[in-house]
Amino acid sequence: MLTATAIAVDGLGFAAWLFLSSVGLTLIYGVMKILNIAHGGFYALGAYSSAWAIGVYTTTGSTVALTFLLIPLAALIAGAVAGLIVERGVLKFMYGRDEVLMVLVTYAIFLILEDVTKLIWGTQSYVAWQPAFYFGTVEIFDIPYTVYKFITIGTALVVGVSLLLVLNRTRVGKLLLVVIEDREISGALGINVNLFFTVTFVSGAILGALGGAITAPEISVSPGIGAEIVVLSFAVIVIGGMGSIGGAMIGALIVGFARAASVHLYPPAELFSIYLVMAAVLAVKPYGLFALAESRKI
Amino acid sequence: MTKSRLGATMGSLLKTSTSLMAAATLSVMALSDTASAQDQSVKVGFVTFLSGGAAGPFGVPARNAAELMIQSINAGTVPGPYNTPGIGGAMIEPIFVDENSKQKNADYLKLVEKDGVEMVIGYISSGSCKAIAPEAEKAQKLTILFDCGTSQIFEEIVTDPKYTFRTGGHATMDNVAAARYLKQQGVNLDSIAGINQNYAWGQDSWRDFSETVAQLNSDASVATEQFPKIYAGQYGSEISVLLTSKPDVVHSSFWGSDMEAFIIQGSARGIFERSNVVLVTGETAMQRLGPQLPDGTVIGARGPHGALAPDSELNDWFRKAYFDRFGTFPTYPSYKMAQALLGVKTAADKAGSAEQDAVIGALQGLEWEGPSGTVSMALANGHQAIQDTAYGTYKYDKDAGKPVLVDVVRFNAECVNPPAGVTSIEWIQGGFEGAKCE
Amino acid sequence: MTKHLDRTELGLLIALPFLILVAFILPKWIVNYVHVSMGTGLVALGVMIQMRAGLVSFGQGLYFCVGGYAAGLMAKFLGVTDFFVLLASGIVAALILSSLLGFLLRRYREIFYAMLTLAVSMILFGLLSSTEELGSTDGFNLPTPSYLGWHPEGETSRLTLYTLTCCVAIGCAIVLNRFLKGPTGYVNEAIRENELRVEYLGTSARQAVHITYVLAATVSAIGGVLWALPLGHVDPEMTNWTTSGQFVFVSILSGTGNIVAPMIGTFILEIVRVYAVEISPNTWQMILGTMMLLTIIFLPKGLWSLFGGKKKSGKSAGADAPTAGE
Repeated sequence: MLTATAIAVDGLGFAAWLFLSSVGLTLIYGVMKILNIAHGGFYALGAYSSAWAIGVYTTTGSTVALTFLLIPLAALIAGAVAGLIVERGVLKFMYGRDEVLMVLVTYAIFLILEDVTKLIWGTQSYVAWQPAFYFGTVEIFDIPYTVYKFITIGTALVVGVSLLLVLNRTRVGKLLLVVIEDREISGALGINVNLFFTVTFVSGAILGALGGAITAPEISVSPGIGAEIVVLSFAVIVIGGMGSIGGAMIGALIVGFARAASVHLYPPAELFSIYLVMAAVLAVKPYGLFALAESRKI
Repeated sequence: MTKSRLGATMGSLLKTSTSLMAAATLSVMALSDTASAQDQSVKVGFVTFLSGGAAGPFGVPARNAAELMIQSINAGTVPGPYNTPGIGGAMIEPIFVDENSKQKNADYLKLVEKDGVEMVIGYISSGSCKAIAPEAEKAQKLTILFDCGTSQIFEEIVTDPKYTFRTGGHATMDNVAAARYLKQQGVNLDSIAGINQNYAWGQDSWRDFSETVAQLNSDASVATEQFPKIYAGQYGSEISVLLTSKPDVVHSSFWGSDMEAFIIQGSARGIFERSNVVLVTGETAMQRLGPQLPDGTVIGARGPHGALAPDSELNDWFRKAYFDRFGTFPTYPSYKMAQALLGVKTAADKAGSAEQDAVIGALQGLEWEGPSGTVSMALANGHQAIQDTAYGTYKYDKDAGKPVLVDVVRFNAECVNPPAGVTSIEWIQGGFEGAKCE
Repeated sequence: MTKHLDRTELGLLIALPFLILVAFILPKWIVNYVHVSMGTGLVALGVMIQMRAGLVSFGQGLYFCVGGYAAGLMAKFLGVTDFFVLLASGIVAALILSSLLGFLLRRYREIFYAMLTLAVSMILFGLLSSTEELGSTDGFNLPTPSYLGWHPEGETSRLTLYTLTCCVAIGCAIVLNRFLKGPTGYVNEAIRENELRVEYLGTSARQAVHITYVLAATVSAIGGVLWALPLGHVDPEMTNWTTSGQFVFVSILSGTGNIVAPMIGTFILEIVRVYAVEISPNTWQMILGTMMLLTIIFLPKGLWSLFGGKKKSGKSAGADAPTAGE
């Protein structure tokens, strides 16, 4: 019972983090068919700017509560600026190129972003634990959990649900679905496809940065965190079905629980539990759990 | 704390330009030296992590220490017996290379053959050392491994070294000393748990620690052993397991950002109050986390480095010079780099030349004073250093606003290292035969 | 099968003595990069022949590693040091594994193929990283190879290994060129263009993919052995996704136009990296990334278009569909 509860809570916490870290990736892939490796760079930028902002702010000695505003703000600014520069400066000229080539393009951007973060913030790590401690802990069966973890879970839920609502219930969302369905036709219908691309990419970048920003208080932000997140979030969205928001949620939950279960029950499996799950899911559902079947062109 | 972080930010913004300037200064110095009496310079290759996850905690502090020491050695401003300019009269001309590469051996040979270095100092990862040590013997180039921890280098890989040296101790002593320290402090060792990274360093550390505890206390049982992936960063589930299995002692050889993440996530959830936590490399986090690191944590520094270094003029000078230049105190990778460079200087000065063969001859079996005390090349036919080590208990001094270590215990090199010719694990399981502890 | 040689093959055969001669003319450190580039270049070649069928393997490091480890295990546990036996064990290991995995992978296309190959390679990474008997992440060392009972040392050993590596690498390239120009090679082209039509024409796309997969695996394993022997060391990093990623990037950067392209591309990229590190040890990744972007923008068909692009221009302007090296 104790273990089962612990697996549930730990799995949920890990899943929330995974979802926040990978939803931007799936959004960009869904709309633009770009597997964006630079996502790791946005994640790192978000984490660094959030940790840095919290650090600067707390030296003023003001109340820690306001840092909860700083986190999304840092993500918004970092993601928007970096996303705009990348999309307008580089990607714009490359639309329509081969999907695999675009992976390479974003990889090159990722390498550049890695060094840009290093030039801005140095190689030293940043810690900004204040928000993670602010609300203290709650005990479930004698195991303390930080309230911050539950805030992360809540944020993941809010982000996921609002994205689904925007996509399915608003005019903009419906237009976007048209763009996804057929770029050429929607262009002919007078939809500004390029604008949609820019907005999608920047939103994806902001979401990536938000993943990093919200994680920053719990970790030590250091060079290389971006590279770690890339593969992990790939696994999540592949399991769920690439380009599907709901799929990313399910994928995150599956990976989250798989990891928590292996840590609690059989630790040696932890290192490859994620890839095992991914291989197993793909073996049964070749295109992920939630992918739409695509018609084959004859 | 935060102020110094701000300072570090500013510093890093300026870093590129500073290092350019430093390079310019060095070359100007080399030039002016050419004009004066000394017309010698010696090229030395430095290989550390300059990118990737190990750069921040290890590679860059080591490179910083190298820059500082090279400048000071060339200028002759290091105190004590080291106050003569250069090594064996020659000015050090550094070439820095990133260890984060898939072609380590080819990069190494490029340093040797294209750049024509007289010696190579470097290598942090044990994997690199394993690959480079035989290459160094083949290329017949003096190579000084300054940090990597695996005990296999001279036990299995290069059993008859001529060109390979290691000026730092290997990992066995860190974990044997950790267990001995706990025992000495009267900590209950009945139930132990480990959280270590799932790669060679973490596995070896846990093996040495748990085996040593088993020797010291035959009733000891292992509550849980966790091996998360390196750079995982999220330890929620692992901490839950550590909390539910209620061990007396939690051992971790985490380093760098993984360790800091574990401290933050673990202290928020009270693991440090429920169990005695031992952090083998904890010293690097002391200055950075300050009050966030809970009192009572047992701290090591992979040797008597950093906060565990003995008081000496050299150590005071090193700490101050490093702080003035980089805005933070040096951590153990910096100490180990300084130690390697001072060893080279002592050897070259003794031989009166910075040429490879002269340095090799003098370095073999050499004993010298580093910022962390005496180092002697006692093992592997004079190629492997041994050194005392120390552990302490963390305490945040609220009045002074700075972290300190209390109950510091020093261990003789012979107490925590296997004697020559015995592998670490045989030595531990055989009940530490030949150990000399006072 | 043994009809007369085409231009690429003739070129490769002529290049062979020159390639070997390189070892005696150029400085040793460059020869070293040439040597290791032949090993990794073969893996890039393995990626490239799959790319011809529109399949991108993000886990080719799997067979690079299988080759290296198979040779290493033979040496470590059976004490075998013979070059040819080590090479053969790498090939056999890859053949067995890839024939089995092929039944699963041949059903997948596009990004899913990429992800599944990645997953499989990462499972091996996880397994090796937690196997302490094999040195875990530190890996273990290989002995200096012997040749049918001959045990050369020092410089002779290095040159022998280099010469044999050249021969094997060129041999592989010729075989693969034949393959690309053979029936399955052309079926692969057709699969990339339109798989459904291939099936309508009565050919099994899955079978072609399976054959290609096994062939790519074998070549990569050979690359793994040839890479591990001069290095004398193997570790699980060989099957990490970052390694596999590099093979993909090399193949794209150099272009799929000719069988030689990935081999040369590997070497060029290696040299660019070396000089980037030399110029700026702290920010070399930025230089590398910028170079990549510029290459993609100005040479959309890869570096190879610099050499051979003129001859067959216009044939496939829009899509990136370079034809086999004819």
